[in-house]
Amino acid sequence: MESLSSRRIRQIILDQSKRAHVGHIGCSLAIADIIAALYGEILNIPSPDDPNRDRLVLSKGHAALALYAALFLKGWISEADLNSYCGDASLFGVHPDHSVNGIDFTTGSLGHGLSMAAGTALGARMQRSGRRVFVVVSDGECNEGSLWEAVMFAAHHRLANLIAIVDLDGQQAFGYTSEVLSLTPMAERWRAFGWDTHEVDGHDQKAISAAVASLDISDGPPHVLIAHTIFGKGVSFMESKIRWHYMPMSEEEYRQAVREVTA
Amino acid sequence: MRATFTHTLSELADRDPRVLLLTADLGFTVFEPFIEKHPDRFFNVGVSEQNMLGLATGLAEAGFIPFVYSIATFASLRPYEFIRNGPILHHLPVRIVGVGGGFEYGTAGPTHHSLEDIGVMRLQPGITVIAPADVPQARSAVLATWDLPGPVYYRLSKDDRIIVSGLDGRFTLGQLQVIRQGQELLMIAMGPVSADVVAAAEVLHEQGIECTVAVVASVNPPPTSDLVALLGGFPVALTVEAHYVTGGVGSLVSEIVAEHGLGCRVVRCGVRESPDGITGSPQYLQQLHGLSPTALVETALRAIQPRRTSNA
Repeated sequence: MESLSSRRIRQIILDQSKRAHVGHIGCSLAIADIIAALYGEILNIPSPDDPNRDRLVLSKGHAALALYAALFLKGWISEADLNSYCGDASLFGVHPDHSVNGIDFTTGSLGHGLSMAAGTALGARMQRSGRRVFVVVSDGECNEGSLWEAVMFAAHHRLANLIAIVDLDGQQAFGYTSEVLSLTPMAERWRAFGWDTHEVDGHDQKAISAAVASLDISDGPPHVLIAHTIFGKGVSFMESKIRWHYMPMSEEEYRQAVREVTA
Repeated sequence: MRATFTHTLSELADRDPRVLLLTADLGFTVFEPFIEKHPDRFFNVGVSEQNMLGLATGLAEAGFIPFVYSIATFASLRPYEFIRNGPILHHLPVRIVGVGGGFEYGTAGPTHHSLEDIGVMRLQPGITVIAPADVPQARSAVLATWDLPGPVYYRLSKDDRIIVSGLDGRFTLGQLQVIRQGQELLMIAMGPVSADVVAAAEVLHEQGIECTVAVVASVNPPPTSDLVALLGGFPVALTVEAHYVTGGVGSLVSEIVAEHGLGCRVVRCGVRESPDGITGSPQYLQQLHGLSPTALVETALRAIQPRRTSNA
């Protein structure tokens, strides 16, 4: 099994996006460090079918390639699986499907994942299980009213075993969040809704892991890490550029991107 | 049916710790018996139907059997995509309970008239769709389906006293129930409007016209074999539902007639246009849309008239 690092995740994101000639590269790169922290240190998953494993909902499903990379590096999916990304008859599309070993929930429609995660967390508490539920949401996703329904429910029911991570890269599909629909101040909004709110550097794995380790998951309000990230992190010409939500890479762009993430 | 549903669910909760009840802030004077017995398994999630379906999906993934409840429009349409991407895509045992199908919320107006819930639910693969005609059948249907592995949609009536003569509480998944036998016309009904169909059949009987009346409560899986057998024996069938004529039992019957090449003409009785601005009692609105016993008799007579004339 290969070592699970954000550097390897980024390389896989680039390799597979180039091979499949597809986009959604920048949003996957943005969460590479969050995914590396989760699968490298945080998640307690003895095996993907252990009923008491921690759960992860990738509510920003369009970054599934980062998740596939982690599942591959964990040894839960094969290289052939990975190489089927966006191919015909593949389970590995742009958005994740629960049919894949290691993926708990199908996502892809924004604003849905947090409510499923809250239900899973409530279920764990009712079953007196110590499992935790993590959910990664995008900042653009916070445009969705349904997300805030779940935010209110989780706070009201003090789902201490629920940990949301907001990928705050300041971008959404068709613009910068500050220009489309302002979400500032993000942390204060979650705090006002009753969540235990922490701000972290979303590219600092140690800081992410330390923040999670400090949480009281047995009692109290649900937790949110507002993870400050850079869209396209690691590839200079992609960073904070809207077009890399959509565009596939040329040969030259791919070579340069790989040079940068493996440097 | 609401009181019966609550009591039945409470009994099931006594037997099985997986049974939960979630409501989006509705059920005052309905759910108290359940809450008193199972306070830790009842959640009023607030006015948030999308979240309720997401929560239920997560709870079902954890091994529970959550029943989620609201007025039929709010239970089916507002969280429709959460139903599709949740229990449907994940094949999870979420039970969606929509109360007050058709015009039962009468004067509450068009936001509360559920005229397409069966149609939108029937579109989705893998979901069981149940529309009981009366109170005893509602209980039988819940008891027959509560622990199915996949999702279920129940369209329940507000009426706690409705009884359809001849139904006797019968329900079998994938079958219909014949409640009256006659040779001249077939009438196929869905939901509490079945009582109006029986009343119409009685008037037709007094005029010497004998009707077979069948109730379709198992909308999905559909009673295909039963319908093929029945439809093959009649030149014309009336379908009757408090629903748009598209998507519900009229569509279901038409699909079966077409797919099996049957020579039966289908006359669909139901709602054909949005009742813009018009409100009133359920009885008034059903009459306005041709679903009163009197209107059904007139439609039935028109439907069989060409044949009677040609036979003369």
